[in-house]
Amino acid sequence: MHPAYSVIFFTTASGAGYGMLTLLALGILFGWFPRDMTFGLVTFGLALGLITAGLISSSAHLGRPERAWRAFSQWRTSWLSREGVMAVATYVPSGLLALSWIFAEEAGQTANGQEKFLSVFAIAGALVTLYCTGMIYASLRTIRHWNLGIVPINYVVFGLMTGAVLFSFILHLFGLRSDGYSWITAVLLATGLALKVIYWMNVDAAKPISTAEDATGLGHLGKVRQFEVAHTQKNFVMREMGYEIARKHVLRLRNLTYILAFGLPLAGTLLTILGGTVLSIFGTFFALVTIAIGIFVERWLFFAEAEHVVNVYYGAEAA
Amino acid sequence: MTALPAKTEKKLGLVIDLDTCVGCQACVTSCKEWNTGGYSAPLSDQNPYGADPHGTWLNRVHSYEVGDGADSQAVHFPRSCLHCEEPDCVTVCPTGASYKRAEDGIVLVNPDTCIGCKLCSWACPYGAREYDYKVGVMRKCTLCVDRIYNENLPEEDRIPACVRACPTGARHFGDIGDPDSDVSKLVAEREGYDLMPDMGYKPTNKYLPPRPKRKGDGAARNVLSETSQRSQTPGSAMDRLFAWADQQLSR
Repeated sequence: MHPAYSVIFFTTASGAGYGMLTLLALGILFGWFPRDMTFGLVTFGLALGLITAGLISSSAHLGRPERAWRAFSQWRTSWLSREGVMAVATYVPSGLLALSWIFAEEAGQTANGQEKFLSVFAIAGALVTLYCTGMIYASLRTIRHWNLGIVPINYVVFGLMTGAVLFSFILHLFGLRSDGYSWITAVLLATGLALKVIYWMNVDAAKPISTAEDATGLGHLGKVRQFEVAHTQKNFVMREMGYEIARKHVLRLRNLTYILAFGLPLAGTLLTILGGTVLSIFGTFFALVTIAIGIFVERWLFFAEAEHVVNVYYGAEAA
Repeated sequence: MTALPAKTEKKLGLVIDLDTCVGCQACVTSCKEWNTGGYSAPLSDQNPYGADPHGTWLNRVHSYEVGDGADSQAVHFPRSCLHCEEPDCVTVCPTGASYKRAEDGIVLVNPDTCIGCKLCSWACPYGAREYDYKVGVMRKCTLCVDRIYNENLPEEDRIPACVRACPTGARHFGDIGDPDSDVSKLVAEREGYDLMPDMGYKPTNKYLPPRPKRKGDGAARNVLSETSQRSQTPGSAMDRLFAWADQQLSR
């Protein structure tokens, strides 16, 4: 599948935003850090800013972005519509929570009942939105790399994981070092790594959906080969669905993903836990930089590696 | 609404005969001609006179070589929307622009509400939907919905443009849901089949397989090769004369 940069940016930026929002709301719910206006502005601003930037970027992928509002109507059947509805709905509790937490008069770190209520809904909204994003891809029966139960789980965990690394860095910037948060980050990174290993095992084990023989119904006559293409230049179907990447590059990029999106951020996070103040800040920064590149590679590969079944009409023996 | 109708009154669709299709592309061009001047905006082309021309077409004809050696044959394979009974392209649409009509089963895109997210094209295993890069919306075969019910046209033209254009009668249009229709009888008689039935989309359009080759087709090829062998070994005086002349001139 053609890896569109607008969609890669959307899924990674919004993913990190929802992940950070979840951890932020969890912290407010359980009183893990003191109430502070600047900290509140920066963290909520960053989380909601990333979510919003991602959503705006996703509309750049549309042919008619001015009609994007219509996408909220078909939530009964469409995961894309559900995702849009949930993304907008999540702004309500998270926006109110941000206003209350940042501008409330009351000092002290514990959240009031209203804020706890909003936190729960902000967390639920963020997690459900991430799940819906994953289901847009997982619900497509035409792409064996995506039509897997693990795909939406990965979207949720990778969102939380990237959000946790970013949040950990912000905590350290504000001198709010918390080994508890760093451990959560480390556990999320390790879980993410395990899920990515399982994902690629699933992908490699998945049988092609169809063959040229099955797709044309001509298998009883023998092997089916493309003899003459239907058009001289690539059409939309080939440009969008015919994106191919060499097998040897896939293996290299998979290893790069393991290192940049999981391995090095995990090392940085462990350094954060074990090191002194300076090393600790360096560790969170190192984790942030590596995962930013790593998650881009991971998402690019998620698209580039995916094979659409329609390619069997265009010369592929199986897809 | 992107929810599919529980049942459609008719199942209008095409029956495509792979035995008689000669791959002339007349259906492809007549489809483009009709639909670029149809009810919606023209089907745009990009860079039509440049190095990399491409455009939106709703019907494509592939050519495949099937089988090996002396038994191989060329099969021309038209491919357009199959107007499936359970198409994911409709249910994934976030705006409701994609829909399946309850009255005749035709799958359509409303060009006024499509946002061009392209998700429907990802959901289609048959590559039937093509994005219009200029208009920014998805396009697909309409089964010439603006012809088949059009009382301004002479009756013989009230069929899809591709069917009207086919010079070999390889395309048939009708109600595949009605067991007594001509197309249903044809499908029954010729053992018409679905493409990728395992996908579960239940396509309406059917394909008729190439007829089995007649006995002796292979023998004809042997006669040819025997003739060519014989001409290499001179027989009559005249043959020998020509062989000698050929040798001398070839020096």
